[in-house]
Amino acid sequence: MELDTVLMSRLLTAMTLGFHIIFATLGVGVPLMISIAEFLGIKKKDPHYTMLARRWARGFVITVAVGVVTGTAIGLQLSLVWPNFMQVAGNVIALPLFMEVFAFFFEAIFIGIYLYTWDRFKKPITHWFLSIPIIIGGGMSAVFITTVNAFMNTPDGFEMENGVFAAVNPFEAMLNPAAPSKIFHVLSSAYLACAVLLAAFAAFMLLKKKLSKQASAYHKKALKFTLTVTFVFAAINFLAGDVSAKFLADEQPEKLAAAEWHFETEEGADLILFGWLNDNNEPVGEIRFPNVLSFLAHGDFNSEVTGLEETPEDLRPPLWIHYMFDLMVVIGGFLLGISLLYLIVSKVKKWNEHNKWLLWGIVLSGPLAFLAIEFGWIYAEEGRQPWIIRGYMTVSEAATSSPYIGLMFLLFLGLYIVLGTLCVVVLRKLFRNNPVEEELEKQYPTIEKGDES
Amino acid sequence: MSYEIVGLAVLWIFLYGYLIVASVDFGAGFFAYYAKVTKKDHIINQLISRYLSPVWEVTNVFFVFFFVGVVGFFPDTAYYYGSALLVPASIAIILLAIRGSFYAFENYGSKKSNVYMFLYGATGLLIPASLSVALTLSEGGFIVEENGVVSLQYMELFTSPLAWSIVGLAIVSVLFISSTFLTFYASYANDKPALKLVRNYALFWSTPTIIAGLTTFIFLSQHNERHFQNMMDLWWMLGLSVGFFMIAMWLLYQGKRYGLAFISVMLQFFFAFFAYGIGHYPYILDPYITIADGATHPSMGIALIVAFIGGLLLLIPSLILLMRLFLFDADYVKGKK
Repeated sequence: MELDTVLMSRLLTAMTLGFHIIFATLGVGVPLMISIAEFLGIKKKDPHYTMLARRWARGFVITVAVGVVTGTAIGLQLSLVWPNFMQVAGNVIALPLFMEVFAFFFEAIFIGIYLYTWDRFKKPITHWFLSIPIIIGGGMSAVFITTVNAFMNTPDGFEMENGVFAAVNPFEAMLNPAAPSKIFHVLSSAYLACAVLLAAFAAFMLLKKKLSKQASAYHKKALKFTLTVTFVFAAINFLAGDVSAKFLADEQPEKLAAAEWHFETEEGADLILFGWLNDNNEPVGEIRFPNVLSFLAHGDFNSEVTGLEETPEDLRPPLWIHYMFDLMVVIGGFLLGISLLYLIVSKVKKWNEHNKWLLWGIVLSGPLAFLAIEFGWIYAEEGRQPWIIRGYMTVSEAATSSPYIGLMFLLFLGLYIVLGTLCVVVLRKLFRNNPVEEELEKQYPTIEKGDES
Repeated sequence: MSYEIVGLAVLWIFLYGYLIVASVDFGAGFFAYYAKVTKKDHIINQLISRYLSPVWEVTNVFFVFFFVGVVGFFPDTAYYYGSALLVPASIAIILLAIRGSFYAFENYGSKKSNVYMFLYGATGLLIPASLSVALTLSEGGFIVEENGVVSLQYMELFTSPLAWSIVGLAIVSVLFISSTFLTFYASYANDKPALKLVRNYALFWSTPTIIAGLTTFIFLSQHNERHFQNMMDLWWMLGLSVGFFMIAMWLLYQGKRYGLAFISVMLQFFFAFFAYGIGHYPYILDPYITIADGATHPSMGIALIVAFIGGLLLLIPSLILLMRLFLFDADYVKGKK
C-alpha cells in the first residue's frame, strides 16, 4: 500500500509536469518569435511579418490558457502530493517560487495588454514595446523555477542541524551549483523548440497542393525566418548541453554515468549510443565513440570519468535513462543538421530549398523537438532517483500518505486528455476557418496579389 | 512588528484582492450563462467579455500568489493542508483548469459553444464553494493527525452546519460582489439596458448575502468559541462592515453613484474579512499551526518580504496601466476601441 501511494504520487507528478512543460515551453519561446516577427514587420514595412506575429499571437493565447491552468495545478500539487517535501524544502526554496509567481504576474498583465492593443497606438512600435515584458516575464519565470529544480539536484544554502534545515541563506540556495547550466539549457532549448515548431507549421502549409501565390510567399518567408532562428538556437543549445554534461561530471557523476552506462571509473572513457545491456550489465549492440565521454565530461579525451560503481547500489538512478539521454542528444543533432541543410540549400541557386523531402523533414522536426524536451526532462528527473532532495530526502519520504492519490491520478488524466484534445481542435479550427490570404487582404487591401518581395 | 505578522498581513491582503477580483470574474461567468438561458445574453455579454478578456489571467495569479506565499512563509501549512486537502483542492484545480481554458477556447477560439458557456458559468459557483473548504478547515476539528498521518474527517465536514454556511456565504457573496461591479461597469459604459438588468441582480443578491453572513457568524460561535469571542472584540470592524453594506444598498436603490456603491461593497467585505482574519490570531490552523511557531526562518522571511516589495514596485504600475487601458478608458468600455 505504501509503495503504491509513492508510485502513484510520482506518476501523477510526472504526468502533470509532462503535460505542463509542452505549454510552458511554448510560453517561454513563442513570445520571442512573435516579437522578432513584429519588429521585422515594422522595420521592413512588410505586412507578411506583421501578419505572422498576429496569427502566432492568436494561437499563442490558447496555449497560454492551458499553460496557466496546468501551471496552477503543478503549483498546488507540490504541496498536495509532496507535503513532507514542501514542509522541509519550503524553508529554503520559497523565495524563487515566490519570484516565479511575480514574473508570471508581470507576464500575465502584459499578455492581456498586448493582445488587445494591436490597433490602439499611433505608432506600431509602441505596441511592439509591449512584447518585451512578456518575453522577460516568460524567461524569468523559467529561470526562477529552474533554480528550484536545480536546488533539488544540488542542495545548497543551508546547514543541517538535528535533521532540520538551519542557517538558511535563500540566495545561496537559489544560486546553487546546478542552476547556471540548467537555466542555460532550459532557455536555449525552449527557444529552439518553439522556432522549429513554427518552422514545421510553415513547411506543412507549403506541402499543400493548392496554395495561392500570396499564401505561398507568406509561408516561405515564415520558413526562412523560423529556420534561421532555429539554426542559431540549435547551435547555442548544443553548447548548453555540453556545459550541462561537464557540470554533471563534476557535481552529479552518478547521473552522467547512468546515462552512459559507464560503470567503472576509467580514463579515456567511451561514449555509448543506444544498444542494450546483457545479463552481466555489459552494453551490447551499441555504437561506440572511443574516448568521447572523457571529452564530453572534462574537455580532454584522456581524462578520468567517475563510474557508477562509486555510488552505492541502492542510491543509483535507473539504467533505462540511457535511452532518454541518447534520444535527446540525437534529436538535438538532427535539428541542428536540418536547419543547416536548409540554409545551405537556400544559398545555392541551383538547388530548391522547398524540396518535398526537406520540407517533410522540417515538419517532422517540430514534434521531435518537443519529444526531445520531454526526454531531456525525464532524464534529468529520473537521473536523481531515489532522491527528491539529492543527499537529504528520498522520494518515498516525501510523498503523501493519502489513499486517494490513485483516484486523483485518474481524475487528472481525464482532465489532460480533454484539455489536450480541445486545445488541438480549437487551434486547428482557428487557423482553418481563417486562412492567411483572406486575412491579409482584409487587413492590407493595398497588398498586391502574388507580391513576391 | 515581527516579520511573520507582516508576511501574513500582506498575504491576507492578497487573499482579499483575490476575493474581489475572482468574485467579479466568477459571478460574471454565471450571469453570462444565466442571461443566455433567459435569452437576455445580447444585453450583457458584450459588456462582460470586454472587461474579462484582458484580465482573466491576472485573476488567476492572485490565487497562485496567495498559496505560494502561505507555503513560503509557513511551510507547516504545506504539510497539514497539503495532506488533508488532496481531494478537495484537486477538485478545485480541475474546476479552475476547466474554467480558465474553456474561457480561452470560447473567446479566442473560432466557435461559440453552449457547453463551454455552461461549464464556465457552473464552475464559477463551484470553485468558490470548493475553495472555501480551506477556510472551514482552519477553524479546527476537521483535521486529525495520528501516527504522522494527517487525514481529513469527511463525515464531520459534510455534516457541519458551519461548513455549509461558509459555502453558502461564498456563493452568494460572489454573486453580490459581481453584480455590483457589473452595475458600475454598465453605468460607466452608459449601457442602459445592461444597467437595468445587472442592477436588479445586485439588489436581489444583497439579502441572501447579509443573511448568510449572519448564519455563518452564529455557527462559528458554536464551533469555535475563541474565534467568535475574538471577533466580538473587533465589534467596530463588523459594525463598519454592516454600515458600508447599508450605504451600498442605499446607493444601488437610489440608482446613482454606482462607483461609490461598488467601493462600499469592497469596504464591507474588507472589514468583515479582516475582522475574521485578525480574530483567527494566533492560529493559522487551529490547533496545529500558530503564526509564531509555523513561520519560516527569519532570513527567508525577510528575503520574501524584500521580494514582495520589489515585486509590488513592478506590479503596481503595470496593473495601473492595465486598468487605464481597459477598465477606466471610457471609449474602450463603451466598445469604441
